[in-house]
Formats: sequence, structure tokens, C-alpha cells
Amino acid sequence: MTIGLNHYLIVSLLVFLLGLYCVLTRRNAIGILMGVELVLNSANINYLAFAHFGSANYDGQIFAIFVIMLAAAEAAIGLAIVLGIYQTFDTIDVEATETLRG
Amino acid sequence: MSEFSLAPLLFYLIAAITVVSAGGVAFSRSIVYSAFSLMGTLLGAAGLYVMLAADFVAVIQVLIYVGGILVLTLFAVMLTHRIADVRISNRSVGGLPALLIIAFVGLVMGRAVLGANWHVADISNPPVPTTYAIGNGFLTDYVLPFELASVVLLAALIGAVVLSRKELR
Repeated sequence: MTIGLNHYLIVSLLVFLLGLYCVLTRRNAIGILMGVELVLNSANINYLAFAHFGSANYDGQIFAIFVIMLAAAEAAIGLAIVLGIYQTFDTIDVEATETLRG
Repeated sequence: MSEFSLAPLLFYLIAAITVVSAGGVAFSRSIVYSAFSLMGTLLGAAGLYVMLAADFVAVIQVLIYVGGILVLTLFAVMLTHRIADVRISNRSVGGLPALLIIAFVGLVMGRAVLGANWHVADISNPPVPTTYAIGNGFLTDYVLPFELASVVLLAALIGAVVLSRKELR
């Protein structure tokens, strides 16, 4: 059976669901960021699968490079924030940062 | 006897590595195990990119995602890891509601993915080197997002330095 577009879309769907599960259930702030990285990777697999199977140019690959670049910027800022939280609260449990809740 | 092709087997192997590692990220108890499983996921994704004839993006994935972002994440994990955290329950929303949400979203998206009549082009993209075409695209069609991406990276760099600076009291 030749590997078609649907196979790659199913793989990226599974990675997306697992990343979503990470974002929903993790209490560790870095765990949540890892879930976001999984979601971004699933979007990249989608971009490249459609670029390979559905078009004759390389626009999808250019956008995949943009996604990787934005993920790097977001990871840097997110982890700087996490380290700031660790210095303030002495933990990175996101349930400890509910100081604004009434 | 049907001819045996190696390509589907390779795809299933790389896809299994990717999905099982993503499962390791999601379901691991320890955050360190999750970080190393994320490495498996990113390398599996790079293998999938190679199979999709995206050689430049695969190399960029390994260099930047694995070599940059993952190393940064590991640094942050090691700087904030506490041994006592391993026994604390890691659930924020709760396991069962999250699984219900995941199942619902998965069903909706799976139905959309498998039921849609995707327009698959008749042109088969042979695995040619893509670096030249991507570089051309960055400087002709996509020059504006390219420049804006440089500004975003500069802002992220300055922001990260400002955020991690110690306050002088």
C-alpha cells in the first residue's frame, strides 16, 4: 500500500492530540511548553505533507521553516518566564501561580 | 508474490517512533523523561520530513529544534527540577475530562481529515535538493515575512535578556 497524504495527516493528528493532552493535564510549566512544541510539530508535518502531495512549489516548506523559527522564539521567551516564576515562587507548579485569583 | 517495498515499512517505523515518543512526552511521570521523549519525537518528525522530500527542513529541524530548543528545554528542566516533585500528582485538569476532550477533538478532526476530498496534485515531487528553491523563495516571494521574522527574533532575544536580568534593588 503506497503511503499517501492521509497517512501523514493521521500521524500529525495523533501528535496533535498528545500535545493537547500535555497542555491540558500538566502542572509543570515546562511540560505545558513541551505540549505546545508537539502541537507545532504536528502543524509542520501537515504543512510539509500538503506541500509534497498537493502542490508543485515549495511554499509549504517555507512556512514550515517560519514555524520552526517562531517555535524557537517562543521557547526562549517561555523558558525565560518559567525561570522567572521559579525565582519568585520557588516552584514551577502552575497551580502555585494563582495569586491573582480572588 | 507481491513485490515488497521498503518505503511503507520505513514510514511505519518512523511514524511509530514519532507517535510513541509523543506518548512518552504526554504520559511520563517525570519531566526529565518527557524531555528526552520529546527528543525522540523531534527526530522522528525529521525522518518524516525526509520522506516528504523536504531535506532542508529536516536538517533545520535537527539543528534548531533538537540542537537549540530541546537543549534549552533540558537546561530549564535541570535548573528547576526538584526531586520531591516526582511524587506530586501531575494532573491539572484531571485525567478523565482531558481524555474526553481529546477523544471528542480527535473524532471531529479525524472525520474531517479522512472524509475530505483532498486535491492531490498529479505532479509527483521527486526528491530534489530544495535548498536553492527555498532560498530563492525567501528573497523573492517571501521577503517581507523573512524580514519580519528577523525583527521577531531580535525582539525575542532582547525580551529574553530583559526577563532574566536580576533586579538591582
